[in-house]
Amino acid sequence: MPEGLHESDVKNPVLRWVDQRLPVISMVQREYGTFPTPRNFNYFWNFGALAMISLAIMIATGVVLSMQYAANTGLAFDSVERIMRDVNYGWLLRYIHANGASMFFIVVYIHIWRNLFYGSYKTPRELLFMIGVVIFILMMATAFMGYVLPWGQMSFWGATVITNLFSAIPVVGNSIVTWLWGGFSVDNPTLNRFFSLHFLLPFVITGVVFLHITALHITGSNNPLGIEPKGPQDTIPFHPYYTSKDSIGIVVYLLVFALLVFFAPNMLGHPDNYIPANPLVTPAHIVPEWYFLPFYAILRAVPNKLGGVAMMGGALVVLFFLPWLDSSPVRSMRFRPIGKIAFLLFTANFFVLMWAGGKPAEQPYILIAQIATTYYFAYFLVILPLLAKFERPLTLPESISRAVLKHRGGGPLPAGATAKPMEKA
Amino acid sequence: MRPLLTSVKAATVAAALLLAPAVASAQEHEVIHLPDTKFSFEGPFGTFDRASAQRGFQVYKEVCSNCHSMRQLSYRHLAGIGLSAAQIAAIASQFQVQDGPNDNGEMFERPARASDRFRRPFANDAAARAANNGALPPDLSVMVKAREGGADYIHALLTGYEDPPPGVTVAEGMNYNKYFPGHQIAMAAPLNTEGQVEYVDGTKGTIDQMATDVVTFLSWAAEPELEQRRAMGVRMVIFLTILGGLAYAVKRKIWADLH
Ligand code: HEC
Ligand code: HEM
Repeated sequence: MPEGLHESDVKNPVLRWVDQRLPVISMVQREYGTFPTPRNFNYFWNFGALAMISLAIMIATGVVLSMQYAANTGLAFDSVERIMRDVNYGWLLRYIHANGASMFFIVVYIHIWRNLFYGSYKTPRELLFMIGVVIFILMMATAFMGYVLPWGQMSFWGATVITNLFSAIPVVGNSIVTWLWGGFSVDNPTLNRFFSLHFLLPFVITGVVFLHITALHITGSNNPLGIEPKGPQDTIPFHPYYTSKDSIGIVVYLLVFALLVFFAPNMLGHPDNYIPANPLVTPAHIVPEWYFLPFYAILRAVPNKLGGVAMMGGALVVLFFLPWLDSSPVRSMRFRPIGKIAFLLFTANFFVLMWAGGKPAEQPYILIAQIATTYYFAYFLVILPLLAKFERPLTLPESISRAVLKHRGGGPLPAGATAKPMEKA
Repeated sequence: MRPLLTSVKAATVAAALLLAPAVASAQEHEVIHLPDTKFSFEGPFGTFDRASAQRGFQVYKEVCSNCHSMRQLSYRHLAGIGLSAAQIAAIASQFQVQDGPNDNGEMFERPARASDRFRRPFANDAAARAANNGALPPDLSVMVKAREGGADYIHALLTGYEDPPPGVTVAEGMNYNKYFPGHQIAMAAPLNTEGQVEYVDGTKGTIDQMATDVVTFLSWAAEPELEQRRAMGVRMVIFLTILGGLAYAVKRKIWADLH
C-alpha cells in the first residue's frame, strides 16, 4: 500500500481505492454501522432521525418550488397559484412543503421534549444541546420567512408585525427596522431578501446539523435511564438494531404526513393567506403559525413592547443556560420524583401558552398567559436549581443491561449482539 | 387543530396590541353558526358532481362574472369539470379579449381562445369599485379556501339575505346578510329569483340549487387537484400501512436475539 493512505477494510477494490483516499465509507461504517448505541432506547429516540428526514424533504421540495416561484410582490401570489394549477404535481410539492414545515416543528418539539425529560442536556452533552437550540432558532427564522413568500394577507401582516418588534430596541430600533425592510414598509425589497435568506438558511441548518451529529458521536447518545453505558453488554451496534427501529418511526411519520398533505392540506394554514397581500387592508386578526404561538403568548403577556420582546427572546436564550441551571447529577426524570412532576407541569404549561397565544389579547387570556409565562421561566430559573439541591432522587440502576434484562428474565447475552466498547474518537 | 386555529382567528391586530396589549379593547365576537350544506365533494372520498359544477359555471358566467373576476383560471381548465375541447372553444369564443400589439403597433380585440385567462369584468380595481358603490368584488378563484367555513360559508352567504331585524339600520348601498361578518355587505343578493339562470340541462333553478351549483364550481376552481389528491392519498395510506407492517416485522426479527 502506498504511503499516506487511510487503512480501509472495504472489500470491493474500487470502493476500497476511494476509501483509502477519502474514508467516507469507513466513516459511515463507524458512525452509523458499528456505532455502539445504548440498548435501551425507546421510540422517543426516533425523532432525531425524523428531524433529519424533515430537513431533507424541505430542501428537496423547496429547491423545486424555487424553480417556479417568483419573488416579486406583483407576481408571488399568482406564481404560487400557477404552481398549484399548471405545474405537474405542483400542488403536491407545495402542500408537502407547507405541511412539511409543521411536521418539522412537531418532530423537533418532541425531540426537545425528549432531551428535557431524560436530561440529555447535562454534561457531557451541553454543547450538543446548545447546538440543537441554535438549529431550532434557525428553523424558526426560516419558517417565518418562508411563510412570507406566498404573499398572502397573513404573509404580509405577519412580516409587518414581527419585523416591527425590532423597533422596540431603544434608539436604533427604527433604523434597524428600515434596514431590515430595505425601505419604509414591508415591500418588494423585503420579499426579495426573505426569499434569498429562506433559500440560504436551510443549508446553514444542514451545516449546523453536521456539527450536532459530530458532537453526538463524541459523547454518544443518552438513553431513557440517563446512565452511561459501562461496557459492551450495555450497547448494541446502531445497524441493524436502530436502523430497523428508526424505520418504523419513519413510516409512522410519513403516514401522519400523508394524511395531512392528501386529506387536510390547509388545516394548519390560515384562510387569509389565500387573499393576496394588501397593505391597505389589515386582517381582523393577525396570528402566527401554530408553532410560534407559545412564544407569541409570552411576547404579549408583558404589557410593554420592549419587555415582551426581551421575554420572548429570553424564553429561547434560557435554554442555552439549562445545562448549568439544572445541576442535579441525575439525568432522567424517571428517577426524579419531584422533577418529573415539575416537568410534566411544564409540558402542560407549554400547551397552555400555545392556546393562549391564539386567543385575543384580552382578559382572562392575558392573565393566564402571564401565569403560564411565569411558570415557564420559574421552571428553568427557580425550580430546577432548587431541586438540584433539595430533591432526593431514586436509586439509579447499576447498569443499562441490568435494568433491561431484569424485565426480561435475564439470561446470557447472545454473541454478536454487543458492540465494541465506546470508541472515543 | 381546527378549533385551535378558529380561536387563533380571534387573536389580535398585533401591531397595535404589541404596543399596549393591556389596554387593547376586547372586540365583540359574535359566533355565527353556518348551516351544513351537503356537497358532493365532502369527506375523504367525495368527488365533484360534474353536472352540478357545469351548472355552477353557467351561474358564474351569467351572474357572478358581471362583477367578479377569476383570474387564476383559463378556459382550458374547464376540461376539469368534464367539458370537451369543442365545448371549451365554443365558450371561449363568446368572449372578446384584447391582444396585440399588431404589426401597426395597435392593440386589437379578438375572440378568446382556450388558452386565455377568464375575461375580467373590469379593466382594473378602480373601475370595479366605481361600478359597485366603492366596494371591490373580490376575485373568486380561491375564494372557497380564503374564508373560514369554506364552501358552507359561501353557500350560506348566497342564501342568507333577509330583511334586517328590527332596530338594525343598514347603511346606504348595503344589504343585510345573516352570515356575513358584521351582517352588512355591499353585494346585493346575486341570486334572488327562482329560475334566474335557465339551466340547459333542465334542472329547476331554485335559489338553493343555483347556490349549491355555483359553490360546487367555485370549490372545484379553488382545488382542481382535489380528486387526484385524495385518490393518491388513499394509495399512499395503503402503501404506508403495508410498509409499516413489514418494518415492524423486520424490527421484531432483528431484535429477537436481544430479548
Ligand atoms: C353586482 C355585482 C356583483 C355580482 C353580480 C356578484 N357579486 Fe359577489 N360581491 C360583490 C361585491 C361588491 C362584493 C364585496 C362585498 C363587501 O365587501 O361588502 C362581493 C363579495 C362577494 C363575496 C365575498 C364575501 C366575503 O366574505 O367577503 C363572495 C363569496 C361573492 N361575492 C360571491 C358571489 C357569487 C358566487 C356571485 C354569483 C352568484 C356574486 N358574488 C355576484 C358584487 C357582486
Ligand atoms: C428548514 C427548512 C424549511 C422550512 C421550515 C421552510 C418553510 C416554509 C414555509 C412555512 C413556507 C410557506 C408555505 C406556504 O404556506 O405556502 C415556505 C415556502 C417556500 N419555501 Fe421553504 N422552508 C424550508 C426550506 C426551503 C428551501 C431549502 C427552499 C429552496 C431551496 C425553500 C423554498 C421555498 C419557496 C420557493 C417557497 C414559496 C412557495 C410556497 O409558498 O409554497 N424552502 N417554506
